[in-house]
Amino acid sequence: MGGRIVGSYLAAFLIGGVICVVGQLILEYTKYTPAHVIVGFTVAGAILSGLGLYEPLLKFAGGGALIPVSGFGNAVTTGIVTEAQRSGWIGLFTGAFEITGLGVTAAVLFGFLAALVAAPRNS
Amino acid sequence: MGNRLGAQSMRFPGRPRIYSTASIVGPKEGEGPLGGEFDQVLPDYLADQKTAEQAERQYLELAVKLAADKAHLTVDDLDLFLAGDLLNQIVSASFTARTVGRPFIGLYSACATSAAGLGLAAALVEGGFAGKVLTAASSHYQTAERQYRYPIEFNIQRKPTSQWTVTGAGAFVVGRGTMGPAITEATFGRVLDLGCKDPNDLGSAMAPAAFDTIQQHLADTNRQPAEYDLILTGDLSRVGTTMLYELCRQGNLDLTGRHQDAGVLIYGAEQGSNAGGSGCACSAVTLAGPIFRRLQAGELQRVMLVATGALFSPLSYQQGDSIPGVAQAVTIERA
Repeated sequence: MGGRIVGSYLAAFLIGGVICVVGQLILEYTKYTPAHVIVGFTVAGAILSGLGLYEPLLKFAGGGALIPVSGFGNAVTTGIVTEAQRSGWIGLFTGAFEITGLGVTAAVLFGFLAALVAAPRNS
Repeated sequence: MGNRLGAQSMRFPGRPRIYSTASIVGPKEGEGPLGGEFDQVLPDYLADQKTAEQAERQYLELAVKLAADKAHLTVDDLDLFLAGDLLNQIVSASFTARTVGRPFIGLYSACATSAAGLGLAAALVEGGFAGKVLTAASSHYQTAERQYRYPIEFNIQRKPTSQWTVTGAGAFVVGRGTMGPAITEATFGRVLDLGCKDPNDLGSAMAPAAFDTIQQHLADTNRQPAEYDLILTGDLSRVGTTMLYELCRQGNLDLTGRHQDAGVLIYGAEQGSNAGGSGCACSAVTLAGPIFRRLQAGELQRVMLVATGALFSPLSYQQGDSIPGVAQAVTIERA
């Protein structure tokens, strides 16, 4: 049991790390900006999810595949597919927000709260 | 046309003098290798103002007042105020001119504004059109990030080729006289565009213009690089300097031991500026502070300032246009 837990930590660490290394390599060696990387990873996660490839990765790596923004792309696609199966074509429109609504709302809310109490500095 | 020199340069035999300079920088520049050689290091990026844009004006106003003070003048003694910055409609310069209250011409040559201003000031003094001209340039890390890239609130990861906009302002009082270093020549540069499109690598976009202006200046004045104690480019940074050296190698121009870049000098390697410094203030404060001191002390006899500018707007690169560069040069000689 303990071995399995350690193994899942290791998988999360490795897969999460590999995803970040890919992002860093893109930033270092191409003209693409952080904005390109964020959007690109989201879209890549969505496409992999549509092809049925992201789910196995999630099972294997857990948080390592969930936390990077590609996990968000996966959540959007999964939401759309699930809702479409349940309520037909209208699910194509409502599904994107079904699962991701939590994350988006949390980001807006906590971003707002942080902006109330903190001021930016030179980074 | 007696003072026309070669294809692109002008000479000033009346030797307009730089009476005084002022260099005011922010905390990061103060912590850098040149920190002790600026007139004033402000401890605060916001300079007690509400916004970074107001802070940049504050830096510029302080520099203008200090330069006038050091020349034992009041702003009312000035015939003309020439200034520029990086913000839309050059508001830092215009709003400062509102405070100065003297005739004003706004300049825009991106980060090459410092040398453009010095060259124009010298020409106006040489021609007798103005007795005393104050020329200044400013930039601010936070305002430049907000306008050209992302607001600092976004906390975006910077690229290895990215440069760090210098927070500060440099000012110079130029006039007739016999005291102080003289501006003896100016070479206004052509705008060159080799098709660079990466706004995170402005050094490479400006290097061809720097090479072109240096080469033209040397041809027009019939001098060798060795006749200058220092050829100071504005803000090519480490990436752009490498490209300049490559262009020099191809063009058989040997700058060895003569060239320095203000963007490389202003921050230490440990300061996380990535490729180096940039911004109108980069060349302005480096010249006004450390280089001017060395000219006055006689450690430098003849300096070529080659300020470099990337002439793009956020809209132009978002629409996929390439980034044109320009370089403006002036020769400054000790007394």
